[in-house]
Amino acid sequence: MNEHPATVVFIEDEAPIRRFLRTMLEHAGLQVHDEENGRRGLIAVAARKPDLVILDLGLPDMDGVEVIRQLRDWSDLPILVLSARAQEAEKVAALDAGADDYLTKPFGVDECLARVRVLLRRHAGHSARNEQVFSFGQVRVDLVQRLVFRNEEAVHLTPIEYRLLMTLIRHAGRVLTHRELLREVWGPNHSESSQYLRVYMGHLRQKLEDQPALPRHILTETGVGYRLAP
Amino acid sequence: MTDNDRPDPDALLAELQRAEELARRGRLKIFFGACAGVGKTWAMLAAAQARVREGGEVLVGVVETHGRSETQQQLQGLEVLPARLVEFHGRKLPEFDLDAALARAPALILVDEFAHSNIPGSRHAKRWQDVDELLAAGIDVYTTLNVQHLESLNDIVGQITGIVVRETVPDRIFDAANEVTLVDLPPEELLDRLAQGKVYLGQQAERAAEHFFRKGNLLALRELALRRTADRVDAQMRAYRADQAIQPVWQARERLLACVGPGADGEKLIRSTARLAAALHADWLAVYVETPKLSRQSAQRRARVLANLKLAQSLGAETSVLAGAGLEGTLLAYARSRNVSKLVVGKSLRGGASRLWQTPLSERLAQAASDVDVYVVAHELDGGNAGQDKTGSSLLFSDAQPAARWPGYLAATAACALTTAFAAALLTVFDPANVVILFLLAVVLVAIRWGRGPGVLASVLSVLAFDFFFIAPKLSLTVNDTQYLFTFVLMLSVALIISQLAARLRFEARIATYRERRTRALYELGRELAGALTAASVVETGSQRIGELFHARTLLLLPDAHDRLQPAGDAVGFDPGLAQWVFDHEETAGNGTQTLPAASALYVPLKAPMRMRGVLALIPGDQSQLASPEQQRLLDTCASQIALSLERVHYVEVAQDALVAMESERLRNSVLSAVSHDLRTPLTTLVGLTSLLQGGRLDAGEQQQTLVAIAEEIQRMNSLVANLLDMARLQSGVKLQREWQVLEEVVGSAVRACAARLAQHRLAVELPADLPLLDYDAVLIERVLVNLLENAAKYTPAGSAITIAARLAGDVVAVSVSDDGPGLPAGAPERLFAKFSRGAAETNTPGVGLGLAICRTIVEAHGGRIVAENRKPHGAAFTFTLPLGQPPALTLE
Repeated sequence: MNEHPATVVFIEDEAPIRRFLRTMLEHAGLQVHDEENGRRGLIAVAARKPDLVILDLGLPDMDGVEVIRQLRDWSDLPILVLSARAQEAEKVAALDAGADDYLTKPFGVDECLARVRVLLRRHAGHSARNEQVFSFGQVRVDLVQRLVFRNEEAVHLTPIEYRLLMTLIRHAGRVLTHRELLREVWGPNHSESSQYLRVYMGHLRQKLEDQPALPRHILTETGVGYRLAP
Repeated sequence: MTDNDRPDPDALLAELQRAEELARRGRLKIFFGACAGVGKTWAMLAAAQARVREGGEVLVGVVETHGRSETQQQLQGLEVLPARLVEFHGRKLPEFDLDAALARAPALILVDEFAHSNIPGSRHAKRWQDVDELLAAGIDVYTTLNVQHLESLNDIVGQITGIVVRETVPDRIFDAANEVTLVDLPPEELLDRLAQGKVYLGQQAERAAEHFFRKGNLLALRELALRRTADRVDAQMRAYRADQAIQPVWQARERLLACVGPGADGEKLIRSTARLAAALHADWLAVYVETPKLSRQSAQRRARVLANLKLAQSLGAETSVLAGAGLEGTLLAYARSRNVSKLVVGKSLRGGASRLWQTPLSERLAQAASDVDVYVVAHELDGGNAGQDKTGSSLLFSDAQPAARWPGYLAATAACALTTAFAAALLTVFDPANVVILFLLAVVLVAIRWGRGPGVLASVLSVLAFDFFFIAPKLSLTVNDTQYLFTFVLMLSVALIISQLAARLRFEARIATYRERRTRALYELGRELAGALTAASVVETGSQRIGELFHARTLLLLPDAHDRLQPAGDAVGFDPGLAQWVFDHEETAGNGTQTLPAASALYVPLKAPMRMRGVLALIPGDQSQLASPEQQRLLDTCASQIALSLERVHYVEVAQDALVAMESERLRNSVLSAVSHDLRTPLTTLVGLTSLLQGGRLDAGEQQQTLVAIAEEIQRMNSLVANLLDMARLQSGVKLQREWQVLEEVVGSAVRACAARLAQHRLAVELPADLPLLDYDAVLIERVLVNLLENAAKYTPAGSAITIAARLAGDVVAVSVSDDGPGLPAGAPERLFAKFSRGAAETNTPGVGLGLAICRTIVEAHGGRIVAENRKPHGAAFTFTLPLGQPPALTLE
């Protein structure tokens, strides 16, 4: 963690969840502010200038996606979204509107703190971008020479597969929607042909995972997108 | 008190219903007079003015003042409804505007000239029908009527005055009026007024006026009007006595039967019977009997029979056409079957000669019927049943085209020629007396095959040929031996008798065929309708069958939730507005009826016992299809069968809805009990465990165990709630977000989602590398896999092996989740997929039995199936299929 404790603003209308989040985050050494609706939350974010915003999508006064849009108008600070299961469409909308990651209720402490740490690290500038080598599991990627090794054996990747892997590495730890991946790998004109994405993602797993059907790193977030878990 | 004093409950109920009906209907008041000029219109307007002074709302629908100033004055201050202009033969004629009157809905409306015939193209043929509709709408009506316009008195007035009036009002309408006010003027005063020019008669009447307005006529008409009014008063008195339960004696109900012949006297016979029936307060029937003799009628006579039957119908009779070989036999059989007490027949005025050998029908009837009175009605001179037209056709068999006759005569000639040639050969061997038999055989055969005409021709030709060729002197028609004359006469009479018998035989065969066809048509309609389970199939069967039966284009119109008719088919050529009118008024209308007779289609209401079920509309290919009463009755029977079927289908649906409601009620109860059990158990545990922790009596190790237990309980509750929410969402309609994707992905994410619960089990995944892309909703299929995996984890002991496998099987991919645990519980595996069923009924393994039901819903929404089976040697396997479909072509680098 940083020398100065990072600041988190969370916007959540349910008092018990607010209490639980506050306890958890304060124990993790973060400075915490909470607000119970979208309007007050936006004001708090502007006033406190936090390092991370945690946002519940179901707010009483305004649509969570709308809060994200308004925030993104003037800030690029990381946003973690909380939502219930079976609201995949909402999650995708929030992510496409600019949220960085999401958590499905109910969630545990470890899960939540892992997401928070990934986002705080990215905000602090510790991006994989600056590294020369990126590793996960048995895989090592030499970012300078553009080489991929698994168990120290060179793996041949096609250009698209490589671009896909690079995109995942750039956002390691956080979820990427189908639309984001398509736009980054194929360009803005291919945002609808997601079956290509699924096929190439399958190829990557075949080449990089020990058990492609039970992946440990290149994970599917069903109905939302993919996540690279280092 | 004895039972005899008590009023009959049925009669009381009928009285009550009548009173209710009357209360809803408007009141009809008729200003009744002996002839034109007595001041009916004036009296009506005066009454209306009085009503206005009392504060009543009065609208003048139509009033003919004929320019009389007294009448004109009475109109002052009354609101007059503008007339509707109807185009007829290029001229615009003013006509009473019924729709405007109904829309305006005044408390009282004045409609002059009750007997007026509307201009063709109006909704109703007669004004009294307009009035009937006004009354039905709850509007009071004042109207005027002359005695000569009363249907039953029409011919009497005609006889007295020599002027026949065509515009008539049925007596039942007159009798049903709430009030009849007789507007009376002594003949002397009327003649005075006439002399002063106060009575306008119209052009036509002007010519007849001299003859009509004789004092004798006026006296007679006045007497008729007074007597008719007195009859009404008498009837009211009787109704009053009935109301007050003054029931003198039980009386056998009379029923009259009028036997309508093809002659012109039929009309008189019908009117007489109607009057007789009215006087006796009896029902009456009118029938026409079609016998072989009567079966060939000219088109004109045929039309006359139909017109007579129609007249009888309008005078309140039930009509039908009977068919039988003998007139009196058929009549009496029908009379007995309908409990007829009196037969009314016309008196045939035959020439003196025929009287000698033919007893009149009335006498024959009287001899044959001891239990039925026979009334004979005198009639004017008429052709009787003279002149049967050879080109005529039957009333019953409207489809029977008169067959061309010349082939019969040709055949008869040919048969005679052949027989002559043959006989010439035989004569060398046999006697002429025996050869005659050969000719007789030919005549019999011709008569049987071609009927009477050719039979007669054959017999005459045979006689001639026999005489010409074989009787001395040969090749001459002269006969030497008188005994041959006897032979000729014998041959001729045998031929005639045989041909008569043959004709009758064929007629009866036709009747049988006709009846059989009719019965079969009804039977088939009934059978097919009985098999129909939905309104749509009733409509299809009904319209198809009726179309075939009547050679007509048919359309069924069914009401929607707001009782607006919706056509169930091609509505081109049909008038939806008229159909709606028929539906609302429950009356037949359109082609050939009293209401909008000029319409191209006939609209029959589908009346079922509970309510109207729709309207049957048909455009007959041939008008004669529907002209005869038999056909109309057949149509009515068909219509009521369809109506009954529609009602039956309706109640089947109602019953099904009730069943579904009961089922969902039952389901809700089982949901409630299951949910409350499965939610209370973990809640009880949680409450207990947390209070243990709060007590602070546990050491660190125990505290840790308690926390783990709490987490487990919470996890169970979470999946239970998730399942309940899933089920609720799926029940409200699954909308699949299908995409082409690999199966591997969803297997991976499902395993990850229940990793914690699978920690104690050995998991293997066996997916072939060459599985194609599948079109599925990833989120939902993940739910299926998660539920199956959780089930496997829940019902197998720790350390069991769980295998996820997939394989191609024809045009589907089969995905299975199997284990080596104890296997499925005994009983039908299918039951596992029902809601709220659980494998081991009362085990301590928690979880509402929803998981598999959710799986089945999802898989079936994808067009797949899910089955459960036991594995050898032990263990359970759940397999679901996903259709392969056509994956999109991908161009990969």
